This record gives sequence, structure tokens and C-alpha cells, in this order.
Amino acid sequence: MAEYQNLFTSVQPVGPLHDGIELPRGDDKRTGTPFLVHLLGRIGNAQIGPVYLGSLGVASLVFGIAAFNIIGFNMLASVDWNPIQLLRQLFWLALEPPPPAYGLSIPPLAQGGWWLVVGFMLTVSILLWWARTYRRARQLGLGTHVAWAFAAAIWLYLVCGFFRPIMMGSWSEAVPFGVFPHLDWVSAISLRYGNLFYNPFHALSIVFLYGSVLLFAMHGATILAVGRYGGEREIEQIVDRGTASERAGLFWRWTMGFNATMESIHRWAWWFAVLCPLVGGIGILLTGTVVDNWYLWSVKHHVVPAYPLVTPLVVDPAILGVKP
Amino acid sequence: MSMLSFERKYRVRGGTIFGGDLFDFWVGPFYVGFFGITTIFFALMGTMMILWGAAMGPTWNVWQINIAPPDISYGLRFAPMMEGGLWQLITVCAIGAFVSWALREVEIARKLGMGLHVPVAFGMAILAYVSLQVIRPVLMGAWGHAFPYGIYSHLDWVSNTAYQYLHFHYNPWHMIAASLFFAATLALSMHGGLVLSATNPGKGQVVKSPEHEDTFFRDLIGYSVGTLGIHRLGLFLALAGVWFGIVCIVVSGPFWTGAWPEWWSWWLNMPIWRT
Repeated sequence: MAEYQNLFTSVQPVGPLHDGIELPRGDDKRTGTPFLVHLLGRIGNAQIGPVYLGSLGVASLVFGIAAFNIIGFNMLASVDWNPIQLLRQLFWLALEPPPPAYGLSIPPLAQGGWWLVVGFMLTVSILLWWARTYRRARQLGLGTHVAWAFAAAIWLYLVCGFFRPIMMGSWSEAVPFGVFPHLDWVSAISLRYGNLFYNPFHALSIVFLYGSVLLFAMHGATILAVGRYGGEREIEQIVDRGTASERAGLFWRWTMGFNATMESIHRWAWWFAVLCPLVGGIGILLTGTVVDNWYLWSVKHHVVPAYPLVTPLVVDPAILGVKP
Repeated sequence: MSMLSFERKYRVRGGTIFGGDLFDFWVGPFYVGFFGITTIFFALMGTMMILWGAAMGPTWNVWQINIAPPDISYGLRFAPMMEGGLWQLITVCAIGAFVSWALREVEIARKLGMGLHVPVAFGMAILAYVSLQVIRPVLMGAWGHAFPYGIYSHLDWVSNTAYQYLHFHYNPWHMIAASLFFAATLALSMHGGLVLSATNPGKGQVVKSPEHEDTFFRDLIGYSVGTLGIHRLGLFLALAGVWFGIVCIVVSGPFWTGAWPEWWSWWLNMPIWRT
């Protein structure tokens, strides 16, 4: 029973550290001398570094760190510059977007102006990091699949903080920066628009989120289970199928009547992960702009079960023209 | 016909953990085995009872079909068939089918000389189901606390259960579980993308190596976990996410009945803040 199950690396061979594939002419030099961390080597590669900074990376970090610090100082200001209270209330503190009265205009800094500044800087930082992801792949002669998957996540980020607020005509619709406050935003948008669980795009997004977790459990477990046949050498297995791929494929074929190949499982993986923020973004973009109440929408389309009324009928205040 | 070109040499006898050679055969692409028989039995029984429940219910609208657990007043007793008894039997069948499926995976893995990672991982999903439908209801004293079988009705259960604790996002284990789910999805996109980018570098270009893969992520973020490590990491993120999901719902009710935002008051009231 006590077989080696390939969960940890028990023997770590150590050789000269690898600086990485040569970069094409015109690229910067890599930064940092690589070093080994034994504990990391128990699970994966022990080597940390070097890293390629480059102008895109440096610019992205500058904007990102600036955004992070402005959020921090706004939080510090909100507890009267008391560092102990910053630590104590950290999860409750927020940098909130402007109040609804400002619409899409530029408010004073203390009234959400800082939120706009941070939103701009963080967006620039993320877009620069996207360009970096794309460029690093091209410079190594790789495809750009990672960058396009990242773009799907950026789409959801921009929907929540940029596209939807513009369509709603108010920055106040956007997500605040803060741990509990952003969770409050999630709850509030769900309650205000008739429970997001009735939003079919939200349902699909959850399907792809859970589906991604399921797929990674299945794929990770399968590869580890054929580790003794060299299953983790996936590129080799893709171009020259070996017994690891054959066993991995047959396992699922015999289990559920269908199997992916060593290459196609990564296409399933990519699409499941990408569709999660992609359809989620569509669902958020439609919320409040096209559909005002997902529960009533679902009643109209006959997808919600009829439940007996246990409380008196409550009329949605939005129907009566009540403005927030 | 249903065999892959290389499949015949893998179709050997043995590896079964129950029934010896008796059920050691295939039907089309499917391996049967003793646990294939029990899977079919439980799955068919459960499905037929769901159809029976739907037939007795008010609708055939697939979104609205709902087979609810017994009312809270039944406690942990058996309920009449149409009062939740059906739900109880379906739950028994579901657990029987899931466990049979896992044991069938064990037999297939043994037959193929593979590790048991997949059935063990599936065991975590089964544990999540059992926690929601058996462990938590038993701890709370009524089957009525379990979720109903129906597409939209189970969403309503999630919503209602969450709001019983005012704001479920403040549940710290829910926070950890959600973070791990997002992390697993992020890692999956990066792993899938990386392998595809190395094997699909563009027309006329040579397929790249794991050295290119490692270099890409080292250049990007200073660390690449490697071809073996990413599968360990992915499996860990997925299983840990489900585990903390189990914790977050089992504590809600049996061990915490207040509002989750209030739970955090221990942090705000720690003596170290008094200066």
C-alpha cells in the first residue's frame, strides 16, 4: 500500500542554475541571480529568478505600486492617520468611488477623485502587464495563449469598474477598493437587481468556475497518476504520444466513455478558465443596463419555480420610480 | 469499433477489488466491473425516482422541477414518499452511485498501472456532497436543512441559506474557499495557455520545450513551478478549495448561528488594540 504517489519530490538533484533561453537582440538583460529554495523543490522547481523587468514591466510596477499606495494612504486618512487603527480596521476600510450625485463627472479628490485616479493607474498598470505578457511570449517564440487568457480577466475587471459604470451613467456603480467593501458591493448589486443567481450568465460563469476547479483536479490528478510513465512531459507526449498519454486517455475513456488527448485537455482547460470571466462580464454588463430585476426576468421567461407566498407582496421600489 | 488504435494491448484482466473476473469486461468504451453494475443500479434508481417526483409534481419545466427534502418538522425521521421520502431515497442512491463510481475508478487505475490520485480527488467532491446533505443536516437535527434537487430550487437554497447568516461573504472559510477557486481557475488558464503556446508557436515555427515554458514564467514573474509542480499545485488548489468550502458550510448552523459580519468582532475587540 505504501507506494510512492508522486505528491512530493523526495530527492532533489542540484545542478548549475539555468538563466533561461537566450533572448533576442534588443531585449534587456535579466535581473537577479537565480537561487534555490529547498521547500519549493519539494513540490516544483526549486529555482527562483532571474526575472525580466524591461520597460513595460518597470512601468507597470510603477503604476501598480502607486495605485496600491494611494489606496493605502486614503485608508490611513480615513482613520485619522492612526497606523494602529489602519491595521485594526484594515478589512473594513475602503477607497470608495464617487457618490451617485457626481454621475460621470470628475469629483473632488476626497469625494471619490482618488478612486478615479487609482482606477486609472491600476488600469494602466494592468494593461502594461498584459502587453508584457504578450511580448515576453513573442520574444521567446511562444504563442500568445497566456496573454489572451489574461485579456478575458481584464474584460471582467473593465466591465465592473469602467464599462458598466459608464453605461449606468455613474462612477458610483463601480467597485470600491477594500476587502469587506468589495464584498458588500457584490452583495448589494445582487440584491438591488433581483438576485444575481437568477442571471443566466452568472450561472454560466459559476459553471465555468467550478468546471475549471473540476478540470484541474481531474487533469492534475491524472498527470500525477501517470507520473511513473513520464506523464508530466506533456509537450513530448503531445508531439510523440507515449504510454503515459495512452493510459491517461484510456482511464477516462473507460470511466466516462470519452477522453481528451494530451493536447486537447489543455484546450478544454484554457476555454473553461477563459469563459468564466468572459460570460461573467457579459452578465454584469447586462445587470441594471438591460435587465433591472433578474428574478422578474426569470419569472417572465418561466425558469423560476412558483413558490407559495409566505409574506405580503412587496413592490420593487425601482418600479415606483424611487431613485437611490 | 469503439477501441482506439492502441487500446487492445491495455485491455487486460485483473486489477479488480471485488468480484474477481466476474464483471471484468467492457461495454463499448466503458469498463464495467462490479462497481459499474452498482453505479448503474444506483444511478438508474435515483434517476427514475427523480422522474417519478417530477411526474407527481406541478411541472415538467426542466428549470422548475423541484424535489425537496422533508419539512424541518420531520427532524431526522423517515418522511412519507411525497413529503420528502423521495428526496431521502434519491440521496441514498446518489451517495451509492458516487461511491461506486469512485471505486470503479480505483479498479480502472489499478488495471492501467496508474496512481490513485483521481479517485482520491473525487473523494473530496463526494465528501462535499455528503457534508451538505448528511453531516450538516444531522448536526442540525433535520433533513430539511439539506438542499433540494432542482436547477433553480438549489440556487434558491444557496441564496436563502446564505442570507440566514446575513452576509455569507464574511464567512472566513468561504473567503478562503472562493480565493482558492479563483486561484485554481487562474492557474488552469496559465497552465493550459502555456502548454498551448509552446506547442502552437505559430505557422512554420518549431514546437518549444519545457525550458521555454520555465523561462517564460521566470521572465514574467520570477518563478516557474515547472511541468510536474503545476499539476501538484493545481490538484492542491482544487482540493483545498473544496475542503474549505466544506468547512465554511458545516460551521454555518451547527457551530455559528449569528451573522457572519459579527464573527469578526473578535478581531476588533482584541486586547492588543487598547493602548
